[in-house]
Amino acid sequence: MRRRDFLKTAAISGGALLTGGLASAGTLKSAQDVFNEMASVLVDTTRCIGCRSCEEACAEAHGLPVPDIDDESVFERHRKTDPNHWTVVNRYETEKGTVYAKKQCMHCNQPACASACLVKAMYKTPEGPVIWRGNKCMGCRYCMISCPFDIPKFEYDSPNPRIRKCIMCYERLEKGEQPACVEACPEEAIVFGKRGELLEEAKRRIYNNPDKYVHHVYGEHEVGGTGWLYLAAVPFEQLGFPTNVGTRPYPELTKEFLYGVSLVLLIWPAFLLGISHARREEVKKEEVKKAK
Amino acid sequence: MNTAERKNLMSEVGNFVRFIISELKPKGKILTPFNVITGAIILAGGVLIVIRFVKGLGATTNLSQDFPWGIWIGFDVMGGVAIAAGGYVIPFMVYILGLEKYHPIVRPAVLTGFLGYCFYGGALLLDLGRPWHVINPLIGNSFGLSSVLFLIAWHFFLYTICEFVEFSPAITEWLGWKRIRQIVGGLTVGAVIFGITLSTLHQSALGALFLMAPTKVHPLWYTNLPVLFFVSSIFGGLSMVIVESSISHKVFQVDPEHHASFDDIVVGLGKAAAGTLFLYFTLKIISIAHGNHWHLLNTSMGHWYLVELIGFVVIPCLLFTYGVRTRNVKLIQTVAFFTVVGVLLNRLNVSIIAFKWDAANRYVPSWMEIVITLAVICAEMWAFRWVVNRMPVLTEHKGWEEEDNVVQMKKEVA
Repeated sequence: MRRRDFLKTAAISGGALLTGGLASAGTLKSAQDVFNEMASVLVDTTRCIGCRSCEEACAEAHGLPVPDIDDESVFERHRKTDPNHWTVVNRYETEKGTVYAKKQCMHCNQPACASACLVKAMYKTPEGPVIWRGNKCMGCRYCMISCPFDIPKFEYDSPNPRIRKCIMCYERLEKGEQPACVEACPEEAIVFGKRGELLEEAKRRIYNNPDKYVHHVYGEHEVGGTGWLYLAAVPFEQLGFPTNVGTRPYPELTKEFLYGVSLVLLIWPAFLLGISHARREEVKKEEVKKAK
Repeated sequence: MNTAERKNLMSEVGNFVRFIISELKPKGKILTPFNVITGAIILAGGVLIVIRFVKGLGATTNLSQDFPWGIWIGFDVMGGVAIAAGGYVIPFMVYILGLEKYHPIVRPAVLTGFLGYCFYGGALLLDLGRPWHVINPLIGNSFGLSSVLFLIAWHFFLYTICEFVEFSPAITEWLGWKRIRQIVGGLTVGAVIFGITLSTLHQSALGALFLMAPTKVHPLWYTNLPVLFFVSSIFGGLSMVIVESSISHKVFQVDPEHHASFDDIVVGLGKAAAGTLFLYFTLKIISIAHGNHWHLLNTSMGHWYLVELIGFVVIPCLLFTYGVRTRNVKLIQTVAFFTVVGVLLNRLNVSIIAFKWDAANRYVPSWMEIVITLAVICAEMWAFRWVVNRMPVLTEHKGWEEEDNVVQMKKEVA
């Protein structure tokens, strides 16, 4: 086994142990089992009609400015989410005609933002949603640097700025409700459930309609798997999804470095002390020689 | 405590307070061109900092959702920390390698390092959206152990203490606290070893921060970041020490004996810088070969990469070597300046210029960001001057050695 592979395996099993610990006391589950139990949403872009009811519901649920969903002009450009718009529906002209795709936080299984956060303000809840905790955040914006989907957004115009993004309606989930956008969707283009079950549902739809869908569930493997899963009739790059993010969970990108840190902390001081002693003796000998 | 003792103590405290107050007053002429210009910049920076905290980051900076980090991070923190590396490189040469020749520049190097961390690290507070939570990584129950930034926060904190301990002999000599001088002097080697370890880690960690952005940093720069950041901090620090000591020797009063050994020191530092530059160049080439990125060199970003690599690594390396061979101190000092610029450019490249290099709306700093950055630099120069004009930094502390020698002789006799 090469050193790199060994480290990778160690990292993955280490990560599995950590997340396994979160799931339930008593039984030690594999990481995949834990992710399968988490709250998740499946978006079928072939069903989306671009009505933006989800945008409206999201704004109402979180006290954001409610958008005028009859205004078609918003589709003239591909919008990004911002502090006041946690989800946006964009229109894409593709090889199979017009397709609408809803964008928001992907709620990664192993989020880059949460692993990058030095105060655990960005936090992957055991239930699945990735949330932001204002009592911890110092506003360094490293989450924004790290997120492969550029989702965390910062309130630049406020003296008391917050990081804003979709939190999968965490507070509604706690009350046993569904995310606001899911409830508002008239076409059942977005459905809420456990990640494992939704993944099966997605694959069932592809299996039953092999000509309708590309054979790829976006989010199944991307960046180690995400809580939001997407189905589409066209390749995902045509819908503005980043396809260069890889399947390696982002926390692993710095894991090797962080292993190195503890090694250096252990070895370096002893090494430096050794050199300084050796050199001191040498200098002494030289002085003795000179004196003679 | 009787009245006499109390009186004595009161007069001691009174003397101390009077001494500090007299030392706080500026020395020399006040209305010099340097003071007027830097003073105006600091004043303007102060006003802008107030605006920044009242109205938020958007009012003063050109930061955006796409570019959350600007020059306050890319230049002040990334660059400032890299060129403050003299604070661990010079103590390494003197206390670990036993190269006594460099002893005269330990204190200015450590002072530069310490003030660098205070001011450029301090500039970080301006950039934090919620600076009142800056203590969260250090206390409380929210340790983000998986974050490289967590490591950097702790290391900045601990390393600044190390630098303070290493510099504290000069402070105690200034205050005339002889007994404390002996205690802090004994801590030096420990602080040096701990400081070098911390520096190795956080200099490379600043590079490792960007490991989290594999799709955002241009592939030519997204290679071997931790090692390259560490190695470049060595010659960045060495070059900054050359630049800083060259200026200090013109501006401040220096012991005549230091002047004599000064050329030797500059040549020696130039030699070390040439060696580490060569190592860095080799590592850069290996990184390109390893990623098989040769074809990227012939793109517009590739050309920019070559400007950095050839203009600010290869040419300085060759000129340093030539300068050392011919003992051309002037040349070495000039090259050192360009090497410092090169290290700053590298940090800007990784954090801003090659970051989302293909984005439609590029980040360009606002004039206010630049003025505040200049104000931080000017304030640091004022602090440096204040310390150097009062404490034994460039000059040897006189007076205690004779007493010490007597004590030493008595001990030996006993």
